[in-house]
Amino acid sequence: MPVRIITTHLEFEGRVSEQRVVMEGDEPPVWGEDAELRIVGKPTPRVDGRERVTGGATYTYDIQLPGQLTAAALRSPHAHARVTRVDASRAEAMPGVRAVLHRFNAGDLIDPNRDRSVFAEELPYAGAIVALVLADTREQAADACAAVMVEYETLPFVVDPEAALQPEAPRVLSDRPHNKLNDEYPQTYQRGDVDAGIREAEVTVEARFETPAAMHNSMETHGATAQWDGRTLTIYSSTQDIFGVRRAVAKALGLHQNQVRAIKQYMGGGFGSKFGPHESGLLAAYAAHRLGRPVQYMLSREDENVAAGHRSATIQHFRLGAQRDGTLTAIEQRTVGNLGALAGWFPATAMATKELYQCANVRTIDEGARTNLGPFAAFRAPGVVEGIAAMETAVDQLAAALGMDPLELRLKNYAERHQDMQRPYARKLLREAYEIGAERIGWATRDAEARRYPKGRDGTLRRGVGMASQLWGGDGGPPAQAQAKLLPDGTAVIITGTQDIGTGTRTVLAQIAAEELGLPLEAVRVELGDTEFGLYSPPSGGSMTLASMGPAVRMAAAEARKDALEIVGHLVEAPADALDIRDGGIVNRETGREMGTLGSYLEQLDGHEVTAKGMRGPNAENVTVRTFGAQFAEVEVDLGTGQVRVRRIVAVHDCGRIVNPLTFSSQIEGGIIQGLGFALMEQRVVDQRFGTVMNANLEQFHIPTIRDVPEIDIVLLDRPNTYANTLGALGAGEPPIIPTPGAIANAVAHAIGRPVSGLPLTPDRILDLLK
Amino acid sequence: MPNAPSQSPDAAPTAAPHRTVHLTVNGIAHEIEVETRRTLLDALRADLHLTGAKPGCGMGDCGACTVLIEGEAVYSCLTLAVACEGRAITTIEGLSSSDGELDPVQSAFIAHDALQCGFCTPGQVLAMKALLARNPHPSDDEIARAMSGNLCRCGAYPKILAAGRALAGHPS
Repeated sequence: MPVRIITTHLEFEGRVSEQRVVMEGDEPPVWGEDAELRIVGKPTPRVDGRERVTGGATYTYDIQLPGQLTAAALRSPHAHARVTRVDASRAEAMPGVRAVLHRFNAGDLIDPNRDRSVFAEELPYAGAIVALVLADTREQAADACAAVMVEYETLPFVVDPEAALQPEAPRVLSDRPHNKLNDEYPQTYQRGDVDAGIREAEVTVEARFETPAAMHNSMETHGATAQWDGRTLTIYSSTQDIFGVRRAVAKALGLHQNQVRAIKQYMGGGFGSKFGPHESGLLAAYAAHRLGRPVQYMLSREDENVAAGHRSATIQHFRLGAQRDGTLTAIEQRTVGNLGALAGWFPATAMATKELYQCANVRTIDEGARTNLGPFAAFRAPGVVEGIAAMETAVDQLAAALGMDPLELRLKNYAERHQDMQRPYARKLLREAYEIGAERIGWATRDAEARRYPKGRDGTLRRGVGMASQLWGGDGGPPAQAQAKLLPDGTAVIITGTQDIGTGTRTVLAQIAAEELGLPLEAVRVELGDTEFGLYSPPSGGSMTLASMGPAVRMAAAEARKDALEIVGHLVEAPADALDIRDGGIVNRETGREMGTLGSYLEQLDGHEVTAKGMRGPNAENVTVRTFGAQFAEVEVDLGTGQVRVRRIVAVHDCGRIVNPLTFSSQIEGGIIQGLGFALMEQRVVDQRFGTVMNANLEQFHIPTIRDVPEIDIVLLDRPNTYANTLGALGAGEPPIIPTPGAIANAVAHAIGRPVSGLPLTPDRILDLLK
Repeated sequence: MPNAPSQSPDAAPTAAPHRTVHLTVNGIAHEIEVETRRTLLDALRADLHLTGAKPGCGMGDCGACTVLIEGEAVYSCLTLAVACEGRAITTIEGLSSSDGELDPVQSAFIAHDALQCGFCTPGQVLAMKALLARNPHPSDDEIARAMSGNLCRCGAYPKILAAGRALAGHPS
């Protein structure tokens, strides 16, 4: 097969990069509007549902290897300190303890993703790792942790991001000249002239909006189980990115990549926090390699919440200017991000600011502040959730200042083209989403309904309706590879190296393969989550798994089908293109004659397996692909207690073709519920005097329960986006969380009759706003 | 954060006290020797290698470790193994019949897609099982109250409620 190399562009969470694509063969034509599909598009229960409801699904936490040791960490109690001495002798002598690793005996373990020793001398946050105990049981490891004696030299610290950016602030990392993310910050994006735009505005609004640090709290914490057999290091990792784990572990241990095998079959959630091996995976691999025994290191819930990431907190200042008729003349956003001590990038808080509304004069300023807090990590649309919440509440304030309907103001400034990159959108159904959502929530009568709303026994209940918009990429991209194998009985195995992080990837890939192969769904099995037997697949994040892997699987299946029909054609002495595979049977295309099962032919080949490869082709050039959507929220606020209850959410999103309406709706609901948590209750609390996190658990850090769930009304647009990829499908992981907090905040503002200043909208914040 | 010291660092290391416990798990009698402080969750996972009950928070907040003791849903991370002497325990592994036929609760969870990553699912299924055993036709509010001790970070709650409604015999 001739190989071609094509240059394309890939957008990942707002950042565009150039990408080379190696293509062997061609992708099949796009499934357009008129494609007749039997399995794709049908509500399909998960193919691995049985494993997940019976306890048969083996998660990383569940791996138990003979002789396996359990690990527990001792972490710094100080916001900033230097470790000067570790005495582990007492711990090492305790029952069941096999080793204690720390700076003075394992300082050579470097985290390649941070270019820093895992057991660093400088501990820049409370919760930074000091020592790792390896013992036979969990209880023994915990006991020994408490017996490790550590001497610290404490250092001055800063946890407030605005204070950290002051010249006299203590240095978060003592080898850096300042606390800025790096020398490129603050980073400014500019088009037109914002100051002139403000001057020519007839109405201006200035708004400050703060968003909290929210912890992911995946139900399965970060961690790994590793085994070294003298030749191969096998690591079972709770990860969204097995190939990233392989790369980093090989580098950290000085092994070749073919000596590292990363496996992840089932994982208990990630939401963006589980890219690469994490410190816990590096430690498990290092300890297993050094001790020659299997090692499991899973973080405790508390360690997870201080050391494994969170959505970074922001303080945002918006300035909007408009003419009397609502035409925007200026948008300015200044964002201070509290990035923690070990940050490497800045979340995409400005992504929507640059393109959601038509405006010639736009400026965004990102100020990344390092602070003596744990590292942040990507969390489901990192930055975009926070940026949209702040901007959409500011837009509502502008509408109020103009005396205009907020939706009318949005339509007045509707952007038909991607202004930042000066090119068209492949498709933009946002106007339709606004119309459908407005109709279903009763937008036109929202003021009258609010007045009519029963105010309760104490006369304190108020109703509000608000909305916010969403934009995201989600079209995926290369490289992503898959292989299809047809076995002698006519069943198929699809081999990938992707991850199903709970979204239903295994199921949608099986649907796509079955559709393309002409087999029933039960005749297709999808393998994933193993670098040894899988083919390269991208990390599962950025809403790009389906849109990247789906087309690769489809091409592999199409090629296998072609080869199989070629073989059957030889056996029956007919041209291959006169034949088809339908529901596992061979059919004559013209006459419709049924000619027996595919298996009845393949089994004549003495064990020969038809194998074919597929890969994701290049992305469309000169056009921007987006999921656009809108959400509308109805809330009830008790002015007496400050309690907010979300009654109803209407969600209208364009995610292209919907491969599985059942799991799609689960994704949308899940994103809305996480967004509701961010809007109303999730907030890391830091003791400013000591720089320690006070609610690093699920007791005091509240996430939604089943009783917080509102009525959720999902409208499926379900139309293939033919620019996106050969499926016409976009991702749905991030879109539903993006507009949820903004819509709820605007609904609360409508209910209480004044603007909100930030999230979460806890009772005390509401009562403050009412003062 | 660092583990709270469970003993003074100056105390001499001593072997922790152990005791023999008899547990009937999924109908099978077991005799195990455990440290008296070992939780039922650790005993099930580490001693009996039944990993269906999951460690989620270690302090009785999330419900991923839910098992049934004499039909009642309990957090196994807050239950000591030695406190279960002679008790009958059901874990997720014991819910389906020995020939592999799923319990109706399990089937309803699959049909309604009442799970995403699935890590909390064993606990959710068992909490629902316990509810239906004491109240075969719960109202929506009763379902929500009974299930509110089991967190799901993926947010499968609407589908869990739908599965519960179907099991309770409500029209969908």
